[in-house]
Amino acid sequence: MKHLAIIPRVSWWKNITLLWMCMILQAMAAEITAGEPKRSDEVNYGAYLTRIGNCMGCHTAKGGVPFTGGRRLSTSFGVFITPNLTPDKETGIGRWTQQDFWQALHQGKSRDGRLLYPAFPYTEYTKVTRQDIDAIFAYLQSLAPVPQSNPPHDIFFPYNSQSLLAVWRALYFKEGVYEPDQSKNQTWNRGAYLVQGLGHCNACHTTRNILGASQDEALMGGQIMGMNWYAPSLSSHLEAGSGDWEIDEIVALLTTGVTKRAVTSGPMATVVRQSLQYLSQEDGLAMATYLKSLTENEAGKLSGVKFSVMSGSLRKHLDLGGQLYQEYCQACHGADGKGVPGIYPALAGNRGVIMDSPLNTIRSVLNGGYPPTTADNPRPYGMPPFQQILRNEEVALVVSYIRNAWGNRASLVRALDVDRSKGGNDQ
Amino acid sequence: MRFILLLFFCITGVANVNGSTPTEVPDTMAERVKACTICHSAEDKVGRDAYYPRIAGKPQGYLFNQMRNFRDGRRYYPPMAILLENMSDEYLLEIAQYFSSLQLPYPDPERIQMQPEEIKLAEHLIYSGYPERDIPACSACHGDVLMGVEPAIPGLIGLPRAYITAQLGGWRNGGIMRGGKPDCMSAIAKQLTEDEVNAVAKWLANQSVSGKPSSFDVLSSELIDRCSRTILENGGAE
Repeated sequence: MKHLAIIPRVSWWKNITLLWMCMILQAMAAEITAGEPKRSDEVNYGAYLTRIGNCMGCHTAKGGVPFTGGRRLSTSFGVFITPNLTPDKETGIGRWTQQDFWQALHQGKSRDGRLLYPAFPYTEYTKVTRQDIDAIFAYLQSLAPVPQSNPPHDIFFPYNSQSLLAVWRALYFKEGVYEPDQSKNQTWNRGAYLVQGLGHCNACHTTRNILGASQDEALMGGQIMGMNWYAPSLSSHLEAGSGDWEIDEIVALLTTGVTKRAVTSGPMATVVRQSLQYLSQEDGLAMATYLKSLTENEAGKLSGVKFSVMSGSLRKHLDLGGQLYQEYCQACHGADGKGVPGIYPALAGNRGVIMDSPLNTIRSVLNGGYPPTTADNPRPYGMPPFQQILRNEEVALVVSYIRNAWGNRASLVRALDVDRSKGGNDQ
Repeated sequence: MRFILLLFFCITGVANVNGSTPTEVPDTMAERVKACTICHSAEDKVGRDAYYPRIAGKPQGYLFNQMRNFRDGRRYYPPMAILLENMSDEYLLEIAQYFSSLQLPYPDPERIQMQPEEIKLAEHLIYSGYPERDIPACSACHGDVLMGVEPAIPGLIGLPRAYITAQLGGWRNGGIMRGGKPDCMSAIAKQLTEDEVNAVAKWLANQSVSGKPSSFDVLSSELIDRCSRTILENGGAE
């Protein structure tokens, strides 16, 4: 905010509060008008695609200048530091050509031919069309160049070997633009293209093998690499499958972060804030259509698992959690666990609460949080971070309780599980 | 003191005496900031392993800057960073306005024994400073009555000694703000001796709250220049 210096002192320090407010408004307005005026259609479209691919999410350090990289991605193979994508010639991609950029996203090869690590999701981006990638490149090249050198990756032996990476690619990387399924309509295909390609949903919603390769393309869910969060399966009714949801509700969850029955939290809330809230109406509809189709045939086939009757001692144990629930949770989520639609999520029957992995529920209790602020939900209600006042044992009791009250049935949680759920948040 | 707490609970709507299922959620800021008030209640509060300062009545700009600093990783405290991670500037500003406008009774001052020479030292630092050591008077920035200066400088009265000592310690070792260039408060805190920090913290904690934050024109242009990053710009952002 260099303009401060050019405002004559005599006038500004008398009206400093006004000035200060003005600066805030300017900062807010800057985000809206950034890059204007006179952007070509291609650049505008590229800006949109860059949002939907959420390039900024990884290529910006916390509190850093957008797209200058420097964000640390911790994985079991080492720490990856994201590069600067602004067109600075020395430290960014100012010397790159359209072809270089295509090669990186489509083939996973850097400008100098070096193989890229799949921490950069070219395994998904390879499905994006040349036209779309060119548009993204045009947008990135239209940004102001910002010189920022980022440290090199810090990758553990033996993963730091290019030849090992070549083997990995031979095993797990399939190059190729998305091919439409002729048996489906255009909306479905557009959704599949976005979900599988640019949206790189499978970067999180998958189980990875010991070499970090995604086990499937079916969005089966799994622990997110480098993060202490579980990305639920989008193709199972027991987790986050949406086969029996109305299309509108799926769109609402993606673009506003909340619906009558669900709230995004953790990394998904961040994805909504940074990326999905900007989906066009058509693309929102397309993604929802595709996601819904993943479990459509499963509709109505909810788990028929029978649980044994609760023993007296188990009931007593759960009652302890019930007392805590009454004291700390009930005011918002209600005695019947039904919450308040769109504001405080229901816990009764909430798949996020009763799915096998209790990790996200534990983390929500520990950290609390707010749903993302979005155009349609600009002033969300929040959940307190209960780790500030509850001990691990107490969190375990209350999570065990909500996983087994109001007809919910799921495994109990131990204090050790709570302890393991702490930390591990990304930087 | 119970009365104050009760009053606060009434205001913030934290209490739910009958425990019934909520049918209607109040469309208020008090309801929206329940995630904050569980720790930041009417008084400074010592939790299990952390200390939660009172935020009610602090200058709006100060609160807004701190929230953005936490969210964007400049001020390091993960629980706050996670809580605010997906919040827009607009909403944080509204939350800052809300807490800033809360006029809640302050707790009674502490009663810490001080030697006459300690009092003298504290008062000298607070009202005169040591210009030769580049230490301005506290009152030069935090206001004549030490209740802060609108819009972004916090008050120093009504805070417990432990908090003041901890904050000064944080400024000295870089624990409060990271990443940016060193700013005025960090440089000043580094100049202070251990005895001086203790004397100032005790003295401040012993004072009763009176008066309001001063308006910005009490600041000298020299101090505005020196502290501009902290008090004017984006909370110390580059």
